[in-house]
Amino acid sequence: MNDIAILDYKMGNLFSVQCALNFVGIKSIITDDIEIIKNSKSIIIPGVGAYPEAMKRIKEKKFDKIIYEFNEKKKLIIGICLGMQLLFSESYEIKKTKGLGLLKGDVKKFDEKKQNGSNTSFNVGWNEILLNSKKNIKNNYLNSLNKKKMYFIHSYHINTFEKSIDTSSSFFYKKKFVSSVEKNNICGFQFHPEKSGPDGLKIYKNLKKNLLNYESAI
Amino acid sequence: MNIRIIPKLDIKNQNLVKGINLEGLRVLGDPRKFAETYYKEGADEIIYHDVVASLYQRNNLTSLIKNTSENIFLPMLAGGGIKDINEVEAILKSGADRIFLNTAAIDNPNIIDDIVKKFGSSTLVVSLEVIKSDNKFICRKDFGREETAKELVSWIMEVEMRGAGEIIVTSIDKDGTGLGFDLTLAEKLSKNLKVPYILNGGISSIKQIDDLLNCSNPSGIAIGSALHYSYIDQSFKKKDFMDGNIDFLKKNKNYRNFGKLKISNIKNYLKKKFKK
Repeated sequence: MNDIAILDYKMGNLFSVQCALNFVGIKSIITDDIEIIKNSKSIIIPGVGAYPEAMKRIKEKKFDKIIYEFNEKKKLIIGICLGMQLLFSESYEIKKTKGLGLLKGDVKKFDEKKQNGSNTSFNVGWNEILLNSKKNIKNNYLNSLNKKKMYFIHSYHINTFEKSIDTSSSFFYKKKFVSSVEKNNICGFQFHPEKSGPDGLKIYKNLKKNLLNYESAI
Repeated sequence: MNIRIIPKLDIKNQNLVKGINLEGLRVLGDPRKFAETYYKEGADEIIYHDVVASLYQRNNLTSLIKNTSENIFLPMLAGGGIKDINEVEAILKSGADRIFLNTAAIDNPNIIDDIVKKFGSSTLVVSLEVIKSDNKFICRKDFGREETAKELVSWIMEVEMRGAGEIIVTSIDKDGTGLGFDLTLAEKLSKNLKVPYILNGGISSIKQIDDLLNCSNPSGIAIGSALHYSYIDQSFKKKDFMDGNIDFLKKNKNYRNFGKLKISNIKNYLKKKFKK
């Protein structure tokens, strides 16, 4: 049995995710085979690209059904970048598109003024993650990573409609946005932990611990 | 401000190479060794450029990218001689996050639209190899070998309009010289560019970076020779180097006027500069 199935819908850098999992000793497979996915302990939804196209492919491959099934069984679901955005209710990228709706919130475009006056909506580079310090927030992935820099590449960001699911926030120029979320068995990162050097790998190490904890709990 | 410091590794066959003004490529060794060192020193991204791909009409990077992805967890930008969507797909599949184009974009600008449509703006960087000629900046292709009719500003505007997510500009006049990036060119870019841009060519000291940041606001600074020669200077071991012309390396000499430039020192400088 694989620890993690990396959902392959041909969008994004799946190989790098697998390399990071290998590095920390998590057994994974990149696959679109429903049976193999079903038999995995948890899933990662990766993704880079446009929201409507991603949702279309998720449905074509019947990934949506299996993701809901995982959620009912309280198995771990991890979304990265676009993969995290897909977990939310809807997105306004290109056209209004319904997401998986496991988390309440929507996805909107940055529209910030650069210092030299030109508009920019594209956040590429390293930004600090500021951990949510509220006491009732449980944060199983980002321990000791407060104010560490992670690699972001996106022009859309999430707005959460649920309280206490945002585990960290970051700044794009002066705009504060939610950079990671966690709710029960679901978690998501706007940045790419697998591209964020040794600090990013710590998130994968925490994931390994969480996998073990979940196994014993189920 | 989060300016990325990006080691740029020029690749010929399986070797790291470096030239001057994009010419006279000297073999420096195994690119993975250099990449690993830069990762440990805190690089923000790695660029792999197959510098003979355009000439030989094939890109040779996928195995190197795959190999690198296994133990270097950094964003990777790769390019050189990419001609079509299939090649883009193969490079991304092997672990690169983004690709860059120069020659193919000049020969057939529609390829920019096609790649943006399929992979999104965030995946595509357009590369410009720029040379100063009669006080104008003209773009070249085939790793600086071929002249084109593309003038810098009009080409930039077209590339932006077609949806490039970022632009990397190489100053051919400064490349490999260690004399600093062309400041007139930097100012021109800062005035005319809307998308984020990376500057490449000539940078070998913190003073030069400071001068550059006082007249432009790049999203990244790419550095080749200065980092490579610092690394060779510090940790030269014959067994680290593979085939090719290694006579130069065996002499264990630093090259020209390159001092010791370390990524960590640049990072400290940036931290101080933008704290104010």
